[in-house]
Amino acid sequence: MESLNAFLSMGGYGGYVWSSYALTVVVLAGVLWASVRAARLREVELEQLQSMRPNRRRRRAAPDTQPPESQVS
Amino acid sequence: MHRFANPARFMRIATLVLPWAMGVAILTLGAGLWFGLAGSPADYQQGESVRIMYVHVPAAWMGMFCYTAMAVCSAMALIWKHPLADLLARATAPVGAAFTFVCLVTGALWGKPMWGTWWVWDARLTSMLILLFLYLGYMALADAFDDPQRGQKAAAILSLVGVVNVPIIKWSVDWWNTLHQPASVVKMGGPAIDSSMMIPLMLMAVGFHAFWVVVLILRTRAEIAAAKVRTLRMAQVHAAGQAEQA
Repeated sequence: MESLNAFLSMGGYGGYVWSSYALTVVVLAGVLWASVRAARLREVELEQLQSMRPNRRRRRAAPDTQPPESQVS
Repeated sequence: MHRFANPARFMRIATLVLPWAMGVAILTLGAGLWFGLAGSPADYQQGESVRIMYVHVPAAWMGMFCYTAMAVCSAMALIWKHPLADLLARATAPVGAAFTFVCLVTGALWGKPMWGTWWVWDARLTSMLILLFLYLGYMALADAFDDPQRGQKAAAILSLVGVVNVPIIKWSVDWWNTLHQPASVVKMGGPAIDSSMMIPLMLMAVGFHAFWVVVLILRTRAEIAAAKVRTLRMAQVHAAGQAEQA
């Protein structure tokens, strides 16, 4: 317990030392979290878009075979 | 270099590198924290407050390293029009800004007990603050245009103009010798720092670089996916327009 207190007090500089390390951890964790989230969100969005148009090649090969009127009739 | 400009090849390499970079980051940062907080001696002048150095100094290095990497990528994007160079520059900016911010705040937390003040308009501190503003300006400018390519170009030019600040930061302590102490690791005649302090310093520096690699890969993946989403949406709008005309 004595040594733990000595470790935490850092020779009287505990407040400065621990807040420096805490800030570093919080900032880096925040950057990492935001980056993981951005990569996941965008990749999911891309997958959804790609799965929405599975007949991409066919449509591109023959764009005139599917006029909008076909949905109405 | 053109071999790596292909997004598909980048994705393959990134998938291989990502777990290794994560492993290196976890190991070196873990060891660095232990050596920095417990496994290294207190300074004979600064006491235990010297432990702030192990986050402050590597963060400062990363602030300058990321800016240089961003400027090199921007130059490649402007000169050779690499499709990936812009994305890499964009992905690096927030990491560099975060490290510069960490450097400034830990510097204040170190300055208060050692110099008796949170902040002075010393050349090193001021040029580091300008570095943070350059990062913020780059990120704001890159997103300020409806056409992402125009924003990228404007931001790339800003980053190249701002690169002049990097050598000013490096030598500010020699040119204007005011309050911040001069270099003690990277200097002529070898480092003036004991190996017991060098070990945590280097571990943290390696760990921060590995962290940069991890975040760079994640953010570039997000940028590649975003670019593909933009292309697909544009194709959808285009197809809808054609259908209406028909």
